[in-house]
Amino acid sequence: MFRRSGGQCVATFAHDEVRVLRKVAAEVVGLLTDGMDHTDPVVSRLFPDIYPDRPEDSQEFRLYTEGDLKTSKIDQAGAILAALPDEGEGEVRLDGEAAEAWLRAINDARLAMGTRLEIQADTDLGEELDNAVLEDPGSSRVFQLSVYAYLGYLQESLLNALPEIR
Amino acid sequence: MGLDATVDLRFDAPVHRFAESGGNMGGMALPQVAPVETPEIEEVPAGDRPWVTIVWDDPVNLMSYVTWVFQKLFGYSKEKAERLMMDVHTKGKAVVSTGARERMEMDANQLHGYGLWATVDRS
Repeated sequence: MFRRSGGQCVATFAHDEVRVLRKVAAEVVGLLTDGMDHTDPVVSRLFPDIYPDRPEDSQEFRLYTEGDLKTSKIDQAGAILAALPDEGEGEVRLDGEAAEAWLRAINDARLAMGTRLEIQADTDLGEELDNAVLEDPGSSRVFQLSVYAYLGYLQESLLNALPEIR
Repeated sequence: MGLDATVDLRFDAPVHRFAESGGNMGGMALPQVAPVETPEIEEVPAGDRPWVTIVWDDPVNLMSYVTWVFQKLFGYSKEKAERLMMDVHTKGKAVVSTGARERMEMDANQLHGYGLWATVDRS
């Protein structure tokens, strides 16, 4: 988890945290580069229609903006990969700009996973995880719920480690 | 954490494949994150009314993150940003900026960059 130290946001990640974060960031990049399918709920959540009642206007706006938006999302996921050790445990130190990229990238990953996991406003993550463990402790749903919860704590810790905006 | 990084996260898996592999997810309704209604539009001549950027509630974004985005992007005070965030959270949506159409489109596009669910409409 992140803490504030000497003007930077600093975290020490264990070996499996590094692996998970690298995997999550790589999955986001993959999702964005593989030719996006706009009928995929994850894609429509990351790239919402700007005019929900006017598909043609939304489409026209998308034409001019989506390329840049996609590039910035790929870049911010790349900022996670760039700051992490290649493998093994390690410390990550983020300046203000890198911390913002991490926040945005963690958020994109949480949106993608939350949509896949069908997280809703009244979803109790702990209960959801307990149920999934009871059903099959080795299931990919257990793993994904764990990662989703972990990313939420990580994002919150990074927000708390940022200097206060006045 | 006990995370097993060998399991595929499947971000790019199509929903039907995901549902099959998940087993317990089949038949569940998709989360209601999409706006189901838009604000009433009054019959005032077009062009006389400014446009608005609306942020919609969603079940994933952290409250602290949404507040931070409003401060960062619009330069709002913490107090105003928190009030807007609570409006989004409790009322389902909030108008976060008002002005010319192009300006609102730019705001919404930037909000999409932060992962917030934003749309543009006439006020």
